[in-house]
Amino acid sequence: MSAARVGIVTFPGTLDDQDAARAVRLAGAEAVPLWHADRDLRGVDAVFLPGGFSYGDYLRCGAISRFAPLMDELIPAARGGLPVLGTCNGFQILCEAHLLPGALTRNAGLHYVCRDQRIRVENTDTAWTCEFAPGQEIVLPIKHGEGRYVADAATLAVLESEGRVVFRYAGGNPNGSLGDIAGITNEAGNIVGLMPHPEHAVEELTGAPSVDGRGFFTSILKRLVNA
Amino acid sequence: MTLDTVKRALETPGERQPYAELGMKDDEYQRVREILGRRPTGSELAIYSVMWSEHCSYKSSKVHLRQFGTKAPKSEALLVGMGENAGVVDIGDGWAATFKIESHNHPSYVEPHQGAATGVGGIVRDIMSMGARPIAVMDSLRFGGATQPDTRRVLPGVVEGIGGYGNCLGLPNIGGEVVFDPCYIGNPLVNALCVGLLRKDQIKLATAPGPGNKVVLFGARTGADGIGGASVLASATFEEESQAKRPAVQVGDPFMEKLLIECCLELYQADVVVGIQDLGAAGVSCATTELAAKGTGGMRVNLNLVPLRDPTLRPEEILMSESQERMMAVVAPDDIPAFMAICDKWDVPATVIGEVTDTGRLVMTWDGDVIVDIPPGTAADEGPVYERPLVEPAGQTALNAAGPCRLPRPTTGAELRQTLLTLLGSPNLASKEWVTSQYDRYVRGNTVLAQPADAGMLRISEVMPGAQDTDRGIALATDGNGRYAKLDPYTGAQLALAEAYRNVAVSGASPLAVTNCLNFGSPEDPEVMWQFAEAVRGLADACRTLGVPVTGGNVSFYNQTGTDAIHPTPVVGVLGVIDDVSRRVRPGFVAGDLRVVLLGETREELGGSEWAHVVHGHLGGLPPRADLEAERRLASVLTTAAADGLLEGSHDLSDGGLAIALAESCLAGGVGCTVTLPGDDPFVDLFSESAARALVCVRPEAFDPLAELCARQGVACHGLGVTGGTALSIENLFGVPVEELREVHTKTLPGIFG
Repeated sequence: MSAARVGIVTFPGTLDDQDAARAVRLAGAEAVPLWHADRDLRGVDAVFLPGGFSYGDYLRCGAISRFAPLMDELIPAARGGLPVLGTCNGFQILCEAHLLPGALTRNAGLHYVCRDQRIRVENTDTAWTCEFAPGQEIVLPIKHGEGRYVADAATLAVLESEGRVVFRYAGGNPNGSLGDIAGITNEAGNIVGLMPHPEHAVEELTGAPSVDGRGFFTSILKRLVNA
Repeated sequence: MTLDTVKRALETPGERQPYAELGMKDDEYQRVREILGRRPTGSELAIYSVMWSEHCSYKSSKVHLRQFGTKAPKSEALLVGMGENAGVVDIGDGWAATFKIESHNHPSYVEPHQGAATGVGGIVRDIMSMGARPIAVMDSLRFGGATQPDTRRVLPGVVEGIGGYGNCLGLPNIGGEVVFDPCYIGNPLVNALCVGLLRKDQIKLATAPGPGNKVVLFGARTGADGIGGASVLASATFEEESQAKRPAVQVGDPFMEKLLIECCLELYQADVVVGIQDLGAAGVSCATTELAAKGTGGMRVNLNLVPLRDPTLRPEEILMSESQERMMAVVAPDDIPAFMAICDKWDVPATVIGEVTDTGRLVMTWDGDVIVDIPPGTAADEGPVYERPLVEPAGQTALNAAGPCRLPRPTTGAELRQTLLTLLGSPNLASKEWVTSQYDRYVRGNTVLAQPADAGMLRISEVMPGAQDTDRGIALATDGNGRYAKLDPYTGAQLALAEAYRNVAVSGASPLAVTNCLNFGSPEDPEVMWQFAEAVRGLADACRTLGVPVTGGNVSFYNQTGTDAIHPTPVVGVLGVIDDVSRRVRPGFVAGDLRVVLLGETREELGGSEWAHVVHGHLGGLPPRADLEAERRLASVLTTAAADGLLEGSHDLSDGGLAIALAESCLAGGVGCTVTLPGDDPFVDLFSESAARALVCVRPEAFDPLAELCARQGVACHGLGVTGGTALSIENLFGVPVEELREVHTKTLPGIFG
């Protein structure tokens, strides 16, 4: 069969699209560029919303991107089950688009933080984490100024009770996220958003001193093959 | 409001003009009158005053900087040398790298966040204007004493500004320096470096050839940024009581710059750009005069067409505005539709404001009237040149005589241990993670090495389309030591080069080319000018000996408050190439059971050292010897050994000597070591700052090949011991657990800056 096709979305100000495409290719899938201004998902099997400062993060991170023409296609497709991964700014956009609950606010320490962070995988039933072991600790870089996950108490209770907290920070919470939450999923488990960057942890030579990010891409490929 | 046209200038030859307020001397103003054969208009005065300023014309430094050309070593790698927006060097396989360092010192003191941010923005545009994709940045920073109150105002703002701008551009920040010294309290140094990559046959230049070609201004709209001077001009010219106060510091919009980067790269790919220039200092004045001077020679511009953010701006203000994120391109008429379509795709405003002519004149109009009519070369290239007087500073001999030999030294194991910890926790040697964790070092996915490694390194493949066919990487390091340069500016500049050169070699790359940022006090002070002349002479001589040409750089004068100048601070950046980037050498002790080897010779050299500075607050004597032949041999050993796969980890010896190199190597890998000192005097062994040394670790079986290599090159090679365990142990003297080293090393900056 032909390789799985994973769309990589570029908004004005997206920065990690090249890294995302590389990670997808290294996993053996085809990376398909998707342009914010096109109302066209180009028939992809899954979508990766990479990090960056879309629209300069002006107004509020992700607030303008959610109105991009491409999102008119992506939002219903994601609700319909299309696997979608959002990292960093991509996570912020998913929250702004109400595909995931809650919001990402200014880090508690008020500084942008770039560091290699230990993360615990809490949910291995999603489209993007099925190749990890429950409770597995991995190392991924984080690099953000507004990654403090917040939601109201009722939402948090639902996320916790339904096992929808996919990742938690381990060895110290870098940004003050409630419940040490680093990433979450929707009810169906096809949409995952997280602040850390799996695409920066896929090669020995470059990026973080870890290749733990590969698990995201082997997970989605396995899911797509079995779908 | 009367418009000061050329016609009016002819009619009112005796009108008083505010040239002195704009920083022009009497004779400079007279020369403008002679060039034009009349008094300049207000707009012309704006152009000449800013183009002939020290910042744009290098009028005090030019006669000295020529040595970088006349003494330049022969280098086949040099594709574009000094005088362009940035130098370009051939890095092999059809690829070229362009890099440059530039200061933004004064704005960063006035408004640390925006000053530093726009410093990054400016240097990135310089790199873009060479036709390259910017691929990384680094910053060389100097602040007052770490605990001085104003440092707490300046440093956090500068770091936030650099991070906020660079992170948003998607450029990894891969290295640099943070240095504290009270001499910088009123004059912090913010030197920003950017490196870019391009095909070597696709270099773009700042030139406007071809009459009829269009002049396009694109990027941000023009506002009132940085035109304090022009306001003086406007009010005086038009005899108005008051002009609105204009901001002196520019404000950056990194989002627009990111769009500009992608937009420019697409424009280059579409081959619709004849010449290009970024708008930095002196904005439209600089871009138009320089483009015209280097092209056919003439240009006609309708200033009314410049898109404005503030519609009340007068032509003089438009000419001087330093609004950020703007570029000027020269485009063939037939290519204009394609050019505009690409700008439109990236939401970058673009406007044709004029065209190239063959008249030899730069002519600008406002409301149909001619307000500028000058030969552009007279503003761009023929500014004043000064041979300023030089005098060795009155206290120099006494300073050199007051060496560190009488300072009390630690002798017992316990004292030496305490000295190590005191130095390791001192602000200059403590972990800079508080700063560097605010920078994205991973974006674009090509970062092989970043801070705290001695050099930053990037792989070339995957940087941009078509680069997949190369295994090469580039390495970059910046260094400088104001204390050494204060003691001896000639040697200090050479030591700055030597350290950056060594840091590149330590990573496994071969040093190739140099950029520099020369930070000094006032050139009108003959003692400062002597320091400057000595530093340039030293650097030019050292570049020749090491075979690495200067490709460009920047001079920053007037870093002084009253009569108190900063230490002379030449900052040197070195770019190197590694043929196979997978052969890069990681920093420090990367594993246990490796042999620890010291390369190079240790002499008793403690003048200007960190030990004298931190423990005794002492600065005197002479800096370490700059033995450039030894540096060259050491670099040859390091790069050969890296290519042969002999080195597991490496680190250069510099500030704090062997003691600090050992501690940092343990911290880098989280692995201890047990070593025996090679010499008779443990204090000198540990804390002397002799140059041309490096610490490496090798597999046991690699020791003999390394020793043979060293013997062939005439580099001393001392086996000191082995890596392993959880402590740094110096046999018969002392031991420190790595965890204790880490605590001491990491707590200082968070303790001061929160």
